[in-house]
Amino acid sequence: MNSMERVLQTMQHKEPDRVPLFLLVSMHGAKELGLSIKEYFSKAEYVVKGQLLLRNKYNIDCINNFYYGPIEVEAWGGNVIYREDGPPNSGTPFIRGPDDIKTLKPPDIKNTKCLAKVLKSCSMLKAKVGDEIPILGVVMSPFSLPVMQMGFDNYLDLLYGEPELFEQLMRINEAFCVEWANAQFETGSTAIAYFDPVSSPTIIPKDLYLKTGFEVAKRTLAQINGPTATHLASGRCLSIVDEIAETGSSVVGVSALEDLSALKSACQGKLTILGNLNGVEMRRWKPEQTEHIVKECIAKAGLQGGFILADNHGEIPWQVPDEVLHAISDATQKWGNYPLDWIESGE
Amino acid sequence: MINKMDASFRFEKALRAIDRLEAEKIFMESCSDTLPSIAAELLISSALERIGDDWVKGKAALSQVYMSGKICEDLINSMIPPTETVLKQSPRMAIAVLDDFHLLGKRIVYSTLRANQFDLIDYGRRSAEELIGRVKEDRIEILLISALMLPSALKVAQVSKDLKQAKVKVKIFVGGAPFNFDDTLWKEVNADGMGINAGEAIRLVSNIKGGKV
Repeated sequence: MNSMERVLQTMQHKEPDRVPLFLLVSMHGAKELGLSIKEYFSKAEYVVKGQLLLRNKYNIDCINNFYYGPIEVEAWGGNVIYREDGPPNSGTPFIRGPDDIKTLKPPDIKNTKCLAKVLKSCSMLKAKVGDEIPILGVVMSPFSLPVMQMGFDNYLDLLYGEPELFEQLMRINEAFCVEWANAQFETGSTAIAYFDPVSSPTIIPKDLYLKTGFEVAKRTLAQINGPTATHLASGRCLSIVDEIAETGSSVVGVSALEDLSALKSACQGKLTILGNLNGVEMRRWKPEQTEHIVKECIAKAGLQGGFILADNHGEIPWQVPDEVLHAISDATQKWGNYPLDWIESGE
Repeated sequence: MINKMDASFRFEKALRAIDRLEAEKIFMESCSDTLPSIAAELLISSALERIGDDWVKGKAALSQVYMSGKICEDLINSMIPPTETVLKQSPRMAIAVLDDFHLLGKRIVYSTLRANQFDLIDYGRRSAEELIGRVKEDRIEILLISALMLPSALKVAQVSKDLKQAKVKVKIFVGGAPFNFDDTLWKEVNADGMGINAGEAIRLVSNIKGGKV
């Protein structure tokens, strides 16, 4: 099976030849090319080259056309602050008060340099890999984007205290998100990761989610012209698994904070699990330990498909060394081959 | 006489529901037969600690932790006269984020400590160099550093090393997602302790006051 067949098979909750591995390395492409992170993300060509090298180096089953979270903020006119040893941050929020929401206009996607760059690398990657391997695109959910647009504390204040303004902001963000996701599909993305950490019960209570993030996701995902994976960026999801399935997503990114066996039971037949290696701890794993952790994940979630091995945050930290990434890949090749008879034999 | 257990339960329930008016009402009732600072200690400390602990267990959300802290901070600031706001005679204490643009964690810990009547300086976002300079200048005894990004968490090691080399007697306590996801990271960066939530920040600071650290 090629990567595309492997991934599609597991997403149908059937066992493919092997557990697919989505090693979500974005910044590591800069290391491969000997560039700074800022330089690397400055050109679509670098990202294409980096992703193809990483795919081959670690036998990854997807191409990750993700640059950095605040790229959308950059498109809206906000500033992005680069650092040498980690993902760029969004700078000072550009929504500073209610009037800014009332007059907010989304960016014109094709004429916004940073977004056009993402679309360019997407079409270049598609030309290189065709239908052999899925290309992942990324959008920030309309519900989570305001954390960067206006600051987390201001956004929580809005969420609890200004329902009308909140709805107004959601309508603007939803229109942008749909257009941005569909533009990525048009240029070659196979699926879109819908990053929605604020919807996690780690961040807001379920009753508030049902009135807000859930409704936003249902409206938004219904207009996106392709498969989506909801990712809560290491936030918990167990108590909202049914609702995430109801939004139309077919995959959920799960947290290392929750038990993978419990997640597997909850998601069985409804959602494919993506996760849940601890990216922060991963930095100091030893090869034997890595093999044990990968094996344990596969044992807990691999049976009957519906499982893609990945980190739990959606972005492997810059500090994770090559030897750990190789060890994850090797362990997947060693223990991820179906049928997973070794689980029942207690190996 | 207000039933203190009942008031404590109702106050916590109001905070979890982000019912500011109800929380204020219960606090006022409690103030009718005791000093506001004592009422605050009875109601606020335990409620915020329990909500913070429940967040770690997945039984409360960060938004509830944040909003609860903010409601309590506002109560303290508006209802207790300024002469009573530093009754705990805190060690000289400051809080900062280190080369990180994610400020919510710091805001939550700041609110929680203020709501518990601790006095502390909010340094906002600082580079390692700036932070070291301020700690020396203000003769800070307890430095709380909040981080969301792993690279920022790793930078605590530099702050700790430079302050120790300069023989500055300061306890460094850290908190935030990278420390929660890797429970050995605080030792690696040579912090003196970590708080998994804002409630633990209260305990860490109280232990310093009690000479336990």
